[in-house]
Amino acid sequence: MDLEIELRVDGTEHRLTVDTRTTLLDALREQLGNTSPKKGCDHGQCGACTLLLDGRRVLGCLALAVAHQGADIVTAAGLTDGELHPLQRSFIAHDAFQCGYCTPGQIVSAAGMLEEAANGWPSAVAKDPGATEVVLDDEEIAERMSGNLCRCAAYANIVPAIAEVAHR
Amino acid sequence: MSDVTARPRAIGIPMDRIDGVQKVTGTATYAYEWPLDQPVYLYPVQSTIASGRVTGVDSALAEAEPGVLAVLSHLNAPTLTRPEDPELAVLQSDEVAWRGQFIGAVVAESLETARRAAGLVRVGYESRPPDVVLRADRDDLYSPVHAAVFGTGGGELQDGSPADSVLGDVDTALAASPTMVDATYSTPMYHNNPMEPHTAVVTWLDGELIVRCSTQGASMSQALISGVLGLEPGRVRVISPHVGGAFGSKVYPHSYAVLAAMAARMVRRPVKFSLTRQQMFALVGYRPASIQRIRLAAGRDGRLTALSHEVIEQTAKAKGYAEQVGVCSRMMYAAPHRRTTHRLAPLDVPVPTIMRAPGEAQGMYALESAMDEMALACGLDPVEFRIRNEPEVHPESGLPFSSRRLTDCLREGARRAGWDHRDPVPRSRREGRWLVGTGVAASTYPSPRFPGNAATIRLAPDGHYTVRIAAADLGTGTWTALTQIAADALSVPVGQVEMRIGDTALPAASVAGFSAGINSWGTAIWEAADRLRARLQAEHGGIAPPEGLEVTAELPGGNPDAERYAMHSFGAQFAEVRVDEDTGEVRVTRLLGMFDVGRVINPKTARSQLIGGMTQGISMALYEHSVLDPRFGHVVNQDFAQYHIASAADVHSVEAHWLDEPDPYTNPMGAKGLGEVGITGTAAAIANAVHHATGVRIRELPITLDKLVS
Repeated sequence: MDLEIELRVDGTEHRLTVDTRTTLLDALREQLGNTSPKKGCDHGQCGACTLLLDGRRVLGCLALAVAHQGADIVTAAGLTDGELHPLQRSFIAHDAFQCGYCTPGQIVSAAGMLEEAANGWPSAVAKDPGATEVVLDDEEIAERMSGNLCRCAAYANIVPAIAEVAHR
Repeated sequence: MSDVTARPRAIGIPMDRIDGVQKVTGTATYAYEWPLDQPVYLYPVQSTIASGRVTGVDSALAEAEPGVLAVLSHLNAPTLTRPEDPELAVLQSDEVAWRGQFIGAVVAESLETARRAAGLVRVGYESRPPDVVLRADRDDLYSPVHAAVFGTGGGELQDGSPADSVLGDVDTALAASPTMVDATYSTPMYHNNPMEPHTAVVTWLDGELIVRCSTQGASMSQALISGVLGLEPGRVRVISPHVGGAFGSKVYPHSYAVLAAMAARMVRRPVKFSLTRQQMFALVGYRPASIQRIRLAAGRDGRLTALSHEVIEQTAKAKGYAEQVGVCSRMMYAAPHRRTTHRLAPLDVPVPTIMRAPGEAQGMYALESAMDEMALACGLDPVEFRIRNEPEVHPESGLPFSSRRLTDCLREGARRAGWDHRDPVPRSRREGRWLVGTGVAASTYPSPRFPGNAATIRLAPDGHYTVRIAAADLGTGTWTALTQIAADALSVPVGQVEMRIGDTALPAASVAGFSAGINSWGTAIWEAADRLRARLQAEHGGIAPPEGLEVTAELPGGNPDAERYAMHSFGAQFAEVRVDEDTGEVRVTRLLGMFDVGRVINPKTARSQLIGGMTQGISMALYEHSVLDPRFGHVVNQDFAQYHIASAADVHSVEAHWLDEPDPYTNPMGAKGLGEVGITGTAAAIANAVHHATGVRIRELPITLDKLVS
């Protein structure tokens, strides 16, 4: 069954017809030609398809497009605002990637994660889960970024790249 | 001897990646992402038995689905030219040689439709009991014969070397030795699991086949795919500028590209096909499991008198892939009496393939674990024990090494890791519940140069240079490193050089594998640059002519110095681990590698490759394990939720350092390979540290909690 939906992607409004089985990820990649989010597992296990959906990080492969009529979506391609996002600049400077396939997801995830931390959301390694302020040390960043796998294993560069932006 | 001091300016500078902006914004175009006119989608049908034959295919329900364009099986698939690589004979018979093999495919207007319809294809089988368990006492083990390059290359193992080697009298030396280690180590199946699934997007255009795929070697893919389709190589163009990781699995496996090409020929539309993560566990190779018996004998002076490394490894009945697991024991340490053997167990399993540091990854785990056991048996520090057994020349061939600074790596690594303060007694350090230990292991990987490379450089009238070669960037930093090499070879700033790679429309290049990429491609570029500079000077007085100037260098051969010198990268890795005394949880809190990789072209991308290899070594040591079901022959844990690879929270301090001294013989740059050496020895350093922490010697990877708690 096909349905018509509207999506706002990286600031641009789109109207599209989707199969009810189509994921948000496939709708972006196959129908709208936005291949910034990547398909690594299609099962919500790798994080390569991470999107900001109405400001929060979600996995595009686990979201059905029809369930998100009117959603506001930001990909790594849309994080740029004429110039690269500080996280993108930091990833390049720290060489926080190799093949680049997980990278857009890592960066979108990091942007969402910084927002979560700023709002005081605790993580599994929080020393005091009731604390209102989160101190993003390397352990906190690594824990909060562990939903984004990197097979090239650039973690020893990814965590410092994010820390540099977090500590500004 | 090469001119290694020639005009270096860009080489050695930690340049940011040229493709960095594309990658951080997600605009680098991977294979599945090329815009196409009216594409269709392929979803495969896989066998659900491990051995037997297909007796019937009922595709009526699938064909009745709206949007389905074709259902392929061996009954209607185009006939292929008999391939050299049997894995590429897709849908050519009713035989099933492993579970998950392609037995059909559906092509449809949408991915959703193709996937649903594939599930509607009904298949009948005649099944044989599967034989999938690797054991050392099997009675059908055989010695590999001509296994290199699908049996067409020389040699017996996959790297072209002989299956066995013998020097002296190992058994007598073992019997006469005051100190002996006799231990058996095993490693499981590991899956490469690059983040980008294997993909082929195929278009027929005016009799030419355009294959956009994710490959480690566009030229080799062109040869394999054109060969099996019976086309002249020139009628197949392979385009692969960006590759989302590979780790060996994108060198040989191309059955998916063959399937997509067959489908595109049938439906006359562009076909998009990307494997799912689950399908990758059956169709694109893996590192084969091994059982390795090592025997070492040493004299009272702590010098080895005998070294024996006997390897049993699994292979597929469908293709006799034979990995060089014990070859590292032929060159690492001196010993007058020595022996290595390789035997294969043919199983009804998916076809194995190259995975990062094929052979050395498993072999160095066993050898470097045994060296640790022997150091303890001799009462020697494991760093000192290794240094004491350094060979002056290659212990089997007698060739000198082009450069070998393993001793310097061990000493400098030990200094940086604070090794001198170590109490050698196991279980001597405790911090709360954590038992803390440190371990060391050596690393090595060959540094070969491949034949079959050509590079073209064009000088435009405005002074800009375009360098063309069908090299591959798997995340290795090829774009950037080759640009730096070309700039120095041309003696111009990097801003004047534009690199074009990853397309068979460019001059041919060997694969990105065996740590041979920069060595092979860089040498071709260097040669082309030398010729261009000479012609520019001689014919144009050093001034770019108005029509431009173009020079091509073809290097059909490899490195002539390889006949006179043994060429290898080396390293020493130091691991600090913590083991929870109650739960057995292991954390690698520090991993430090000191490497001898010749001159480093780009310290930034080189470091990423080394720490990437080392971190994959942590993953190999502690987490990864493809569990084969003994009844059905499939990998049970076939996704990222169950096949664990290291995540950010698993990784603590990982440092890579290097000596940065050019090798005089490997290539004009003085570089040695560094893509694979980083993963070799890592698992042993961690296992040795676990032994130091707990007193428990783990001889079976991965090092899981159950093995430590009991």
